[in-house]
Amino acid sequence: MTSKTQPARSEWTDEQVDQWIGRLLQLGVMLSATLVAAGGIWYLAGHANAPADHEQFHGEPASLRDINDILVSIGRLNSLDLIQLGLLTLILTPIARVAFTVVAFVVRRDYVFVAITLLVLAILLATLFGAALMPG
Amino acid sequence: MSVILFTGLVFVGSLAAGFLGSLTGLGGGVVLVPLLAIGFGVDLRYAIGASLVSVIATSSGAAAAYVREGYSNIRVGMFLEIATTVGAVAGAFLALIAPSNLISIIFGVILIVSAVLSSRKLVDRPGAQSSPLVERLRLDSTYPTSTGPQAYHVQHLPLGFGLMFIAGILSGLLGIGSGAFKVLAMDQVMRLPFKVSTTTSNFMIGVTAAASAGVYLNRGYIAPTVAMPVMLGVLAGSLVGARVLVSARVGVLRAIFAVVVFALACEMIYKGVTGDV
Repeated sequence: MTSKTQPARSEWTDEQVDQWIGRLLQLGVMLSATLVAAGGIWYLAGHANAPADHEQFHGEPASLRDINDILVSIGRLNSLDLIQLGLLTLILTPIARVAFTVVAFVVRRDYVFVAITLLVLAILLATLFGAALMPG
Repeated sequence: MSVILFTGLVFVGSLAAGFLGSLTGLGGGVVLVPLLAIGFGVDLRYAIGASLVSVIATSSGAAAAYVREGYSNIRVGMFLEIATTVGAVAGAFLALIAPSNLISIIFGVILIVSAVLSSRKLVDRPGAQSSPLVERLRLDSTYPTSTGPQAYHVQHLPLGFGLMFIAGILSGLLGIGSGAFKVLAMDQVMRLPFKVSTTTSNFMIGVTAAASAGVYLNRGYIAPTVAMPVMLGVLAGSLVGARVLVSARVGVLRAIFAVVVFALACEMIYKGVTGDV
C-alpha cells in the first residue's frame, strides 16, 4: 500500500490493499449515487411544479440532519430521507476507507500508523456522531 | 422557479462544473459555490454544504482510479490528515459563526489564489536527506517512473503539517477541496514529486471534506433538494472529464475556465462587500 521498500510481513500485498481500497470507494460512490438518484426521481415525481425555495436559510429539520434520525427513518422512508441516506453513505465512504486503512496497518504491525490512523478515524466519527456534544 | 426547473438547471450547471473541474485539475467545488449562490440565489450555507458533498463524490470517484497507479503516498496522506481534519472541523465551526458576506469575500480571494496556484507548471525539485521524524515515521517512499522506481525524500514536515491545517480550515469554511493548497504544501514545501502530490492530495480531499460534511449535516446545512442535483451532476461531469482528459487538448478550456473563475471570484468579493449575499 505504501513504502514499497518495506518487506511485507503478511500475505496482504500493496497491490491487493490498493485494489480493495479502490473497490471500496467505487462501491460507496455508486451506492450513494443510486440512493440519491432514486430519492431525487421520487421527490421530483411528487414536487415537480412546487416552487423551489433555497434563498432563505432555515436549517434542515432534525429528521434530515441527525444521523440517528436519518438511520431510523429507513423504516418510514420518504423521498428526502432517501436522498439524505444516500448523502450519508457518501460521507461514510472516505471514513470507511480510513477504517480499512487502520486494519491494513494492524495487519502490518505498524503500530505508530495504527495510532495515527485511529486518531483521524476518531476525529471523523466525532464530527459525524458527536452532534449532541457540539456547541452552537 | 419550479422545483423541476431548478433541479434541471442546477444539474446541468454542476455537470459543466464537474467536467471543467476535472479537466483543469481545479476541482468542481470552487465554481459550484458561486454558481449556486450567485447564479441561483441559493443561500450561501446550503451552497457550501452541497459543494462539500460533491467534493467527496469526485475525490472518491477519482481516487478509485488513482490508487491503483501506485503514486499516492498513504503514509504521508494519513499523517497530514490529522492536520486537515482538525482544520476542517475548525473551519466548519467558523462557518457557523462567520457572517455570510465575510465568507463570500474570503471565498473570492481564495478562488483567485487557487486558480493562480493550479496554473503554475509543476516541476520536481527533489529534496536531500530526511529529518529523524520523517525517518521514524518512514514517510520516504518511491514512485514508478519509466526507468523504474524512483526514491524521494520528504522535507519540511512541520511546515507542511501547518499548511495542511490551513488547507483544512479553508475546506471546512468554504466547502471546497482546497486541493490547490494541498498540492502546494506537498510539492513546494515537502518536495514530493508532483505526481505523488496530486494523487495524495486527491486521497486527502475526500477525508478532509468528510470531516466538515459531518458538521454541516448535523447543523442542517445540507439540503437534500440542493445537494441531489449538485452531487449527481458533478459526479457525472467529472467522470466524463476524466475520460476526455487523456485525449483532449486542454489549453483553450483552461483559459476559458480561468476567465470564468476570475469573474466569479470578483462577483463573490463584490457581493460580499456590498452585503448582498
